[in-house]
Amino acid sequence: MSNHPTYEERTANFDWSISEKELGYKKGDPINIGWMCSDRICRMGLAGKLALIWEDYQGVQKRYSYDDIRVLSNTIAKYLVELGIQPGERVCLFMDRVPELYVGFLGILKTGAVAQPLFSAFGDESLFVRLSNARTSAIITQKKHAFKVRKIRHQLPDLRHIIVVDAGEAALQERELSFQMENTPGVEDFPVYPTTSESPSVLHYTSGTTGQPKGAQHVHNSLISQYLTAKWVLDLHPDDIYWCNADPGWVTGTSYGIIGPWVNGITQVVLDSGFNAEAWYKFIARHRVTVWYSAPTAIRLLMKEGKELTRKYDLSCLRHLCSVGEPLNAEAVHWSQEVFGKPFHDTFWQTETGCIVITNLPGMPIKPGSMGRPFPGITASVLNPVTFEPINQNGVAGLIALRPGWPSQVRGYWNNELVYQAKFRNGWYLCGDRATIDSDGYFWFVGRDDDVINTGGHLVGPFEIESALLEHPAVAESAAVAKPDPVNMEVVKAFVTLKPGYQPSDDLELEIMNHIRKRLSPLAMPQEIEFIDSLPKTRSGKIVRRVLRSKEFNEPLGDLSTIMND
Amino acid sequence: MDDLTKLVRDYVVREYIEEGDDREVTETTPLISGGIVDSFSMVSLKRFLEKKCGIQIPDADATPVAFDTVQSIVALVRRFQKS
Repeated sequence: MSNHPTYEERTANFDWSISEKELGYKKGDPINIGWMCSDRICRMGLAGKLALIWEDYQGVQKRYSYDDIRVLSNTIAKYLVELGIQPGERVCLFMDRVPELYVGFLGILKTGAVAQPLFSAFGDESLFVRLSNARTSAIITQKKHAFKVRKIRHQLPDLRHIIVVDAGEAALQERELSFQMENTPGVEDFPVYPTTSESPSVLHYTSGTTGQPKGAQHVHNSLISQYLTAKWVLDLHPDDIYWCNADPGWVTGTSYGIIGPWVNGITQVVLDSGFNAEAWYKFIARHRVTVWYSAPTAIRLLMKEGKELTRKYDLSCLRHLCSVGEPLNAEAVHWSQEVFGKPFHDTFWQTETGCIVITNLPGMPIKPGSMGRPFPGITASVLNPVTFEPINQNGVAGLIALRPGWPSQVRGYWNNELVYQAKFRNGWYLCGDRATIDSDGYFWFVGRDDDVINTGGHLVGPFEIESALLEHPAVAESAAVAKPDPVNMEVVKAFVTLKPGYQPSDDLELEIMNHIRKRLSPLAMPQEIEFIDSLPKTRSGKIVRRVLRSKEFNEPLGDLSTIMND
Repeated sequence: MDDLTKLVRDYVVREYIEEGDDREVTETTPLISGGIVDSFSMVSLKRFLEKKCGIQIPDADATPVAFDTVQSIVALVRRFQKS
């Protein structure tokens, strides 16, 4: 029998003040995520407790106590303040999963500046779009990524400082500074900026159907949701060893790869390595990981490597498993039950929600393939796409919508109020996904409600890919759509028409694929390019991605009356 | 270093190691687990191998382990060249 409260017990009389009370926070008081995740934990008598065990792919290991995290984040904060970084300015973190990324995140927040984490595999174009939009003042990066910044810095007049954490003896260039965290004298006391609940904290970029990526602006109040969802959904206990696979370049990597475990005073482990099933199992066994937050793509890759591999290692330490990023298929739930003796619990949320909003709480019966039920304090429904009224019939698909007002709700898109307002209809926030609800109140994912491509749990916007495709000298017109994929759920497929003088070929396909990979990111790289004579368009000349996508998914093409025939 | 090994290594260096990145790629450098090539980028590497070597690598064989070093990639290519 489970010792966990039932779903009904959790939701009865729920109020977010539960979280505020446990955190010792009173409304109106200053609240700073950087301080709450380090200094506060030390004051609770946990200064000597391990906060982070970090390991790279070669097995090099570093360990940091909560007091180390407190002092090192103070050190980074002081360094930034001495450079003239002011509260509210954006400071980008552009690094692999090295300790400076995790500690730097808290350091930036302690100054009152806004942390802008970006995925280190982004190419120079993706980086430029996000830094120029945010008018970022400083970027903290590694030597191996600094060259991408060098390519674009002349177009970024607001970027005053390029801070390289491992420059060593390497020659620095214009605006570049060397900062070595471990070799800088530790700062014992730093006057943490008294941010309040609505002070901006983190700016995560997310993709939409139209236009360039949008900066989702979060505030320090997000901590209230992140603390309790981490504690209840991830079921974190004081003696847990927690591993979150997500990179802090994405929202899971900050909400539950930094804030969630550390505000709960948990020891977390980080593996700075690409995917390798055996290395992952060894890592779990070596560190006796008890709680694991992973993603369906990773789980399906593990499934591909077979059950035998899991039997080579003692994985009995695993107590609770969760998954995020895309719908978790029923086979993956059954597989984990068989090989780990426990199921993965699916969780649903997105950059804009800041925290898990629909989930399988521990103690809830799991229906494999279902997203679960709304987290206590979250009012969720599915809406009719025309009237934006809740659909009160079980099993009928509608738009997933949330009643605004939970603590970590995004407060806006950076410099893009119009697009932000368009996310709200009839008093509901629209997630951009479709689902059904069954008679027990469980949500079942149906698909996206727009052209955004969910590949390996990451959202990729077609507009960004199409813009980059057009930069290739051979490409006349392009359309990027989702294509079903057994591992990544969806991958990018591009349809391309060529300029006169160019002929389709394998060489050209490979060249275009690599062009997108380098300009944007590996996630955005089309896994397939189809050369065609013309793209389907409306009479006004707008490319109709819907038709191309429907063909990939073997779905009905819908109304074609507005499509122009060439 | 034989021709095939050189072909694979040179392609990896040219396409995945960017200017200013001083990492050295040997036959045993971990590419996937070392973060040089990710699972998405494997697709373009697989296409390159299939085209240059005149083989077809089934998706089931294109695993992160098989693509983790120049050495393992060469072994994979040779397996399909023989078959």
